[in-house]
Amino acid sequence: MEHSTPIEQTVPNKGASTNKHAALQEPRFVRYTLTFIALAFLLFFIVLPLVSIFITAFQKGAQVYFDSITHPDALSAIKLTLTVVAIAVPLNAIFGVMAAWVLTKFNFRGKNLLLTIVDLPFAVSPVIAGLVFVLLFGAQGLFGEWLFANDIKIIFALPGIVLATIFVTLPFVARELIPLMQAQGTTEEEASISLGASGFKTFWHVTLPNIKWGLFYGLILCNARAIGEFGAVSVVSGHIRGMTNTMPLHIEILYNEYQFAAAFAVASLMSVLAIITLVIKDIVDWKSKSV
Amino acid sequence: MSIQIQNVSKRFGTFQALQDISIDIQSGELIALLGPSGSGKTSLLRVIAGLETSDVGEIFFDGQSITNHHPKERNVGFVFQHYALFRHMTVFENVAYGLRVRPRKTRPSKAEIEAKVMELLRLVKLENFADRYPTQLSGGQRQRVALARALAVEPKVLLLDEPFGALDAKVRKELRRWLRKLHDDFHITSIFVTHDQEEALDVADRIVVMNNGKIEQIGSPDEVYTHPNSPFVYDFLGNVNLFKGRLHNGKLTHGEFAIDVPDSHAHTQDDAVGYVRPHDTQIEKTAVTGTVPVTVSHIHLLGPIVQIELRREDMDEFLEAELSKEHFHVLQLNVGDHVFVRPKQLKVFIPEDFSI
Amino acid sequence: MSSLTLKKKPARIIPGFHLSLGYTMLYVSLLVLLPLSMIFINTMSLSWAEFIAIISDPRAVASYKLSFGTALTAGLLNVVFGTIIAWVLVRYNFPFKRIIDGLVDLPFALPTAVAGIALTSLYAPNGWIGQFFDFKIAFTPLGIIIALTFIGLPFVVRTVQPVLQNISAEIEEASASLGATRLQTFTKVIFPELAPAILTGFSLAFARALGEYGSVVFIAGNMPMKTEITPLIIMTKLEQYDYAGATAIATVMLVTSFVLLFTINIMQWLANRRFVH
Repeated sequence: MEHSTPIEQTVPNKGASTNKHAALQEPRFVRYTLTFIALAFLLFFIVLPLVSIFITAFQKGAQVYFDSITHPDALSAIKLTLTVVAIAVPLNAIFGVMAAWVLTKFNFRGKNLLLTIVDLPFAVSPVIAGLVFVLLFGAQGLFGEWLFANDIKIIFALPGIVLATIFVTLPFVARELIPLMQAQGTTEEEASISLGASGFKTFWHVTLPNIKWGLFYGLILCNARAIGEFGAVSVVSGHIRGMTNTMPLHIEILYNEYQFAAAFAVASLMSVLAIITLVIKDIVDWKSKSV
Repeated sequence: MSIQIQNVSKRFGTFQALQDISIDIQSGELIALLGPSGSGKTSLLRVIAGLETSDVGEIFFDGQSITNHHPKERNVGFVFQHYALFRHMTVFENVAYGLRVRPRKTRPSKAEIEAKVMELLRLVKLENFADRYPTQLSGGQRQRVALARALAVEPKVLLLDEPFGALDAKVRKELRRWLRKLHDDFHITSIFVTHDQEEALDVADRIVVMNNGKIEQIGSPDEVYTHPNSPFVYDFLGNVNLFKGRLHNGKLTHGEFAIDVPDSHAHTQDDAVGYVRPHDTQIEKTAVTGTVPVTVSHIHLLGPIVQIELRREDMDEFLEAELSKEHFHVLQLNVGDHVFVRPKQLKVFIPEDFSI
Repeated sequence: MSSLTLKKKPARIIPGFHLSLGYTMLYVSLLVLLPLSMIFINTMSLSWAEFIAIISDPRAVASYKLSFGTALTAGLLNVVFGTIIAWVLVRYNFPFKRIIDGLVDLPFALPTAVAGIALTSLYAPNGWIGQFFDFKIAFTPLGIIIALTFIGLPFVVRTVQPVLQNISAEIEEASASLGATRLQTFTKVIFPELAPAILTGFSLAFARALGEYGSVVFIAGNMPMKTEITPLIIMTKLEQYDYAGATAIATVMLVTSFVLLFTINIMQWLANRRFVH
C-alpha cells in the first residue's frame, strides 16, 4: 500500500497577508498611507463612538449608572427584550434550517422565487416592517375589529413586537446556512441513507454536525439584530413605559428626556452585548475554519 | 445475490440518461460499467442502489423485485466517487456508522460493533488510523475507509462509483488488484463504474460497455477487447487504426490498396471503415498485396514495447503500429524509412449489424 | 455525469422535501407575503389622484431626495473606504490587527439606536469631534451620511475581503513578470476581480441605508424639507393615524427598493458572466 503519511491539509489561505515578494508589494509610502487612512476611518466611525458610550455612561458617576440600569423601567425593558428574543430567535432558527434544507438539498420549480422571498425582509425598511403589522392587526387593520371583539391585543403589545422582530430577522439563519449547505452537497446524506440510516438520524448525525458552526453563526447575528431592532418595534410597540418598551426604545425615551447618562448607561449594556457577540463570532469563525 | 436489470430507462428533463437497459448479473460476479462521461454508467449504478428512481423498468435481487424499495432496504454497499466520508467523524466512527444507526432491536452491542469495525480496519490495513479524521488521510486511505464503511453493513451487493478515479496511477493499480483479491475472498456481487478501459479489463469478470445511455456490448474482457461488436467499442477499448474505403465483392478497396474482408461478400458499401488494433498492424519491408505504403514519422520506445507512428503515403493520415522490442530490432526501422503496412485482423462493421 | 444527478427531475431519496417545503412556504406566506401584501391592498383603497397627491407632496419629495442622496453618498464612501480597509486588513500587518478586524462588524452587532445616540453626541456642535468644526455636522444631511456610512461599512469590507484573500499571488506575479507596474497590476488585474464584490457590497449597503431609521433619527434633527428622511415621514404619518398616507409613501419605498435590487441583480449577473464562466 502507499505511504501512510497524511496528505497536506488545505489550510485557509492566510499566506497572502504576509507576502514577501517585492514585486507584489506597494512602496512603503503607499502602504503606510493606506494603513493610516483605514485606521483613521475606523477610529472616527467605530472606535470613538464605542468608547464615547462607556465614558458618557459613567459621566455622572457609578451611582447614577447603577441606578439607571436597575430602574424598574429599565429592568422591565430588559425583561421584555429577552422575552422577545427568546421567542423570535428559535422560531427563525427552525425556519432557517428548514428553508436551507429545502433550498439546497432539492431542485424544484420556483426555487429561485422562494430564495428571493426568504431574502425579502432585508430589502424592506424596518419602519415598513412595523407598518405592515399595524395594517394587519391595528385598530383599523384587516383583523382589527375581530381582534377587538375577542379582546386580543397584538399591536401595542408583546405579540406585535415579536412579529415585527421575526420579520426583520427572518433571513439571518437561512442566509448563513444556504451557501454552506450548497457547498456541502448531498453525498454525505446519500451515504448515510445507503448505510441504512433513517431521515431523522441522517439529519441528526450527518447534516447537523456539518452545519453546526454556520447555524451558531446565524443564530448570533439573528440574536444581535433581534435585541437591537428599533424601527420596526418602535412602530408596533406604542412606547408604553414598563409595558411595551424594549431596551432600544427605553434608550430613546431617556435620550429624548435629556437623561443622557441614563440613556448611555442602558446603551452601554447593549454595547457589552454587542462586543460579546463580536467575540463569539470571531471564535466561531476560527472554529469553523479549523474543522 | 444475483441481479436482474430489466428494461430500465431514465431521463433527466430532456436528457435521456438510460435507455432500455437490461443486464443479468450472476451471484458473486465482479462487473465493470465502462463508458465515457455522460454514457449513463453512474446513473445506472445509482438506480441499482436506489439513490435514483428509474422512470420505467424493474430491478430484481435474487428474483425479487426491489424496484420500489428505499435504498436502506436494499442492503447494498455504495462507495461514492469522492468517498463521501463524514468529515466530522473519525475513521472508526465512519465505519461504525451503518451499525450504530440501526434501530435498537437490530443494533449490535457496543463490543460487537467495536470488534466488527476493527476487523474491517485490519482488512483494509488501517487499524492504526482508527482515530484519524478523513482530512488527515491520503486519497488511497480514504478510499479504503469508504470501502470498509460500505462493507460494515454486510451488504449483499457492493456498488462502487469510479472507485479509483481520484487516485494517482500507481496507487490506482495497487488498489484495484487488492479490490480484486478482496472480491475473490468475499464473493460479494460487485459492480463498479469506470471510464478507464485498462481498469475494467484488468479487474472485471465481465464488462458492460455503455454509450449515450445504451449498452453497446456485454462480455468478458477478452470478448469485448478482441471481438468488439461496434465501432464505438472498438474505439473505446484501446487504440485503433482506421482504413477507409469501399466494400465490394468481399474486399475493402481504396485506390491501389485492397484487402480481403471475409464474410462480407453479400455487402456493398461506399464509405466503409476497417478497424485494426496497432498490435495487429504489421510492418513489412517490401510491398505485397493488401499493404499500404507508409513513412516512419516517429518511434516511441516504451520499455518492452515500441510504438511507431506511420504516415500514409497515399493519403494524409497517420497509423500506429505496436511491436515488441525484439521484432523492432529485427526490422531495423528508422525515422523516414519507407515501409509497408498490412492489417492482420481487419474488422469492418456492416451498418445493419449494429444499427438498432 | 454525476453533476447531472438530482438535477431537473429530483429523485427524492433525501427525506423531508414535503415537510421542509411546506413549512418554509407557510412561514414566509404568513410572516412575509401576507403582511407585505397589506401595503399594496391598502394603497388600492386610494384613488389614483389621492395617491399621486400624497406621494408628490413637496415634503415627501424632499425626503426622497434626501434619503436617496445620503444613501448613495454613504454607499460610495463605503466603497472607497471599505475597499481600502479590506485591502489593508488582507495585505498588511500592523499591531492589534485581529481586534481591529473584529471591530469592523460592530455596526452589525450594535443596536442602531445605540449607534445613533453615540454618533450624535460625538458629532454634535459641542461633541468630541463636532467641536473642531466650524460648521454643523449633526442635525444636517452630513450627519445622516455619517450614520449611514457607519451602518453600511461592514457590507463592503466583508464582501471584498474574502475575494481579495482568494486572489492567487500567481496572477499578480504573472502581471509583474510581464512588465506591469504595481499600479497597473492593481487597476488591470486586481480591481476587475474585486469589482463584482464591491458592487455587491455597495448594493447591500445602499439598500440598507435607504430604509435605515434607528441610527438616523437621532442625528438627523428631523426638520421637514431639510433633514427628514422618508422612513421618518411614514413614522410621522402613523403617529397622526394617517394610515393611507403612510401606506402610500411605503409603496414608493418598497417599489424603489425592489426595482433597485432587481437592477443590481441583473448587473451582478452580467458582471459574473463576464468574469466567471
